[in-house]
Amino acid sequence: MSAVIDDHGHAAHDHHHGPAKGLSRWLLTTNHKDIGSMYLWFSFCAFLLGGSMAMVIRAELFQPGLQIVQPEFFNQMTTMHGLIMVFGAVMPAFVGLANWMIPLMIGAPDMALPRMNNFSFWLLPAAFGLLVRTLFMEGGGPNFGWTFYAPLSTTYAPESVTFFIFAIHLMGISSIMGAINVVATVLNLRAPGMTLMKMPLFVWTWLITAFLLIAVMPVLAGVVTMMLMDIHFGTSFFSAAGGGDPVLFQHVFWFFGHPEVYIMILPAFGAVSSIIPAFSRKPLFGYTSMVYATGAIAFLSFIVWAHHMFTVGIPLTGELFFMYATMLIAVPTGVKVFNWVSTMWRGSLTFEAPMLFAVAFVILFSIGGFSGLMLAIAPADFQYHDTYFVVAHFHYVLVPGAIFGIFASAYYWLPKWTGHMYDETLAKLHFWMSFIGMNLAFFPMHFVGLAGMPRRIPDYNMMFANFNMVSSVGAFMFGATQLLFLFIVIKCIRGGVPAPAKPWDGAEGLEWSVPSPAPYHTFQTPPDMSDVHEHRKGTGGELTP
Amino acid sequence: MNESLPTRRLVRRLLFVVVGMFGFGFLLVPIYDVMCQAFGINGKTAGAYTGSQSADAARAVRVQFLATNAAGMRWEFGPLADQLSVHPGASQEIRFVAYNPTDKPMTAQAIPSVSPSRAAAYFHKTECFCFTQQVLQPGERIEMPVRFIVDRDLPADVHNLTLAYTLFDITSRQPPVAVNATSAPAKESLQ
Repeated sequence: MSAVIDDHGHAAHDHHHGPAKGLSRWLLTTNHKDIGSMYLWFSFCAFLLGGSMAMVIRAELFQPGLQIVQPEFFNQMTTMHGLIMVFGAVMPAFVGLANWMIPLMIGAPDMALPRMNNFSFWLLPAAFGLLVRTLFMEGGGPNFGWTFYAPLSTTYAPESVTFFIFAIHLMGISSIMGAINVVATVLNLRAPGMTLMKMPLFVWTWLITAFLLIAVMPVLAGVVTMMLMDIHFGTSFFSAAGGGDPVLFQHVFWFFGHPEVYIMILPAFGAVSSIIPAFSRKPLFGYTSMVYATGAIAFLSFIVWAHHMFTVGIPLTGELFFMYATMLIAVPTGVKVFNWVSTMWRGSLTFEAPMLFAVAFVILFSIGGFSGLMLAIAPADFQYHDTYFVVAHFHYVLVPGAIFGIFASAYYWLPKWTGHMYDETLAKLHFWMSFIGMNLAFFPMHFVGLAGMPRRIPDYNMMFANFNMVSSVGAFMFGATQLLFLFIVIKCIRGGVPAPAKPWDGAEGLEWSVPSPAPYHTFQTPPDMSDVHEHRKGTGGELTP
Repeated sequence: MNESLPTRRLVRRLLFVVVGMFGFGFLLVPIYDVMCQAFGINGKTAGAYTGSQSADAARAVRVQFLATNAAGMRWEFGPLADQLSVHPGASQEIRFVAYNPTDKPMTAQAIPSVSPSRAAAYFHKTECFCFTQQVLQPGERIEMPVRFIVDRDLPADVHNLTLAYTLFDITSRQPPVAVNATSAPAKESLQ
C-alpha cells in the first residue's frame, strides 16, 4: 500500500497550493486538515468553558449551604455545563477527529463535500455565541437542565429560551451536514481496493455514528421547534391546558437523546480500537465482531429511550420492555470490551500516553457501563432516579469514555498533525492527574447518590458533606490538569523531537504512510489497497500471536 | 474517486432522510396520543362514552375525586363529595363547583386524569365539564356535573379509582365572550 505523496515542489504549476495566508485561510478553507484543526480547537475552548462552569458547580457544592452563587445561577451553570460539554466539546471534537483522520485513513484527498464542511464548522461559533450570550441577558440563560424538559423550558422558561432554541437549531444543522459529509466521504471516496471490511474501526464507528446523527438530530430540531411554537405561536404540544402533554416532550426528547449518548461514545470506541492494537503490537482481536457489535449498539439505541423515564408512569409491560432492551446493550458492549482485553492479552504492551488513556478508557467505561446496568433495573431506578448516582453514571461513561477517548486520539495522532513528538513525561503526568482527579470527583457521587442526594440542587444535607468535598477537590484537580494538556499541545506544535512518518511501531493504517506532519494535500493520487487482505482475516481469530 | 453524480444522489437521499426524520418527530405527537388512548397510558381517559351497561350490584368500587388548580389559576374549584362507592356498570353523577373570585371574566379548561393509569381505559365519562371550556363572570359560581360509568370489566384487583382534575386558566388563549357559562359553546372538545 505504497502511498503516493504529493511533495510541494512540483505543485507550483497547477492549481494545488499550500494554505492561504492570514485569517482568510481559516475563514475560507475547504481543507479537511484545517477544518479538523478548527473543530478540535473549538471543542477545546468549549471544553474549558464548560469545565469552568463545572468548577462553579463544584465550588458551590464544596460545602453544604449556599456560599458562592444563587440557586438561579447554579441552575444556569448545570444547564450550560451540560449543553456546552455535549454539543460544544464532545461532538465537535469527534467531528474534528473525523475530518482529520477519515480521509487519511481511507486514502481520500479530502472530505467529499469540502465547502459544506467549512459551513458546518462556521455555524458552530454562531450557535454557541447565541447560547453563551443568554447568560448575560435579563432573566438569565437556560436554567432547565440540559434535557430541557417541558414545561420548565416552555411555560416557566426565561425569556432567553428562544435564543437557546435557535442555537440548538444551528448546531443541529451543523451536525447533520457534518454527518452527511462523513457518509458521503466514507461511501464514495475510499481508495481503490479499500473495501468496507478493510476500513479502520474508527471509520466504521464514525460511519454508524453519522447515520445515527442523520436519524436523530432532525428529531431534536423537531422537539425544539415544537417548544418554539408552544412559546410563541399558541400551540399546545406540551401544555396540558391546551390538550398537550408534558410527558410527550420526554418521549420525543429521549428518542433523540438516547442515540445521542452513543453518538458521543461510538467514535471513541473506534479510536481506542486503533490505539490498543498499536501499543499491544498485535492485530485487533475480533475485527468483524467489533463492526457488528457497533451496528447492534446503534440499532438498540433506538428502542431503549424510555429507560430515562421509568418514573413518569409508563405501563408495566413498557417498563419491562425498556428494561430488558436496555440490558441487552450490555451484550454488544461486552463483546467490545472482551475484544479490547483479548487484543492486549499476551501482547508486547508499552504504556505511552495514548495507551494509558485507552486502557483507562476500557476499565472506567466498564464501570460506567455497570452503573448503567444498575440504572436499567426499572424497580431499582425508582430509587436512583434523579440522584447523584445518575450523575456518577453518565460522568463515568462520558469523562473516561468520550473525553479519555479524545485525549488518547489526540496523543496518538499529534505527531502526525504537528510533525513533533509530544512531551511524554508531561503527557503521563496529564494522564495520572486526570485519572486520579476524575475518579476522586465522580466515584463518591455513587455513594451520595445511593444515599439519596438529588441532582441539580445547590445545597445538600450535612451527611453528604465529606464526600462532596472529596468530589470538589477531585474536580478542581481534573479541571486544572487540562491546562497542562493545553500546554503540552502548544509545546508539541511549536517544536520537539521530529516525528517519523510512523512514530508508533505497532500502528497500522494508511495515515502512517504519509510523512509527519501530514502535508497540506495528501492522497491526490489514491493508494491501491487491492493487494491488502480483508481486515486481518486469519490472524484476528487467535489469542496468541 | 470523483464520482460526482453518485455523491450528489447520495446526499439527496440523506437529505431526504433528514427531512423525513424531522417529520417523524412531529408524527410522534399523534402516535403518542393514539398509544395513550389505546393503552390508557398516563391516566388519559377517552372522549365521551355513548354505551350503557347493566350494574354489577355484587361489586363496589370506591371512586375518589381530586381537584387541583394549575399554577396561577385563582378559581375556587372542588368536588361536592370527596368519594363515592359505585357499582361497576352503573351510571353515577358527581358535581364539581367552580367559583371565580376575581373581578374579570375568565375561561378555564379542566384536564382529567385517572389513576391507577391501567384503570383509565375502564373509566367512561358520559358527560363531563372537561369536554367543554368554562367561562365565569366575576364572582360567578357554577356547579358542573360529571356522569360516569366504571366498566364492568375493570380488573378485579382494582378497588379504588381516583379521578383528578387540574384546572387551567386559558383566558389568554380563549378570551371569554359569553355572558354565562352554560351558553358558552364548546370551541374545542378535549376528551
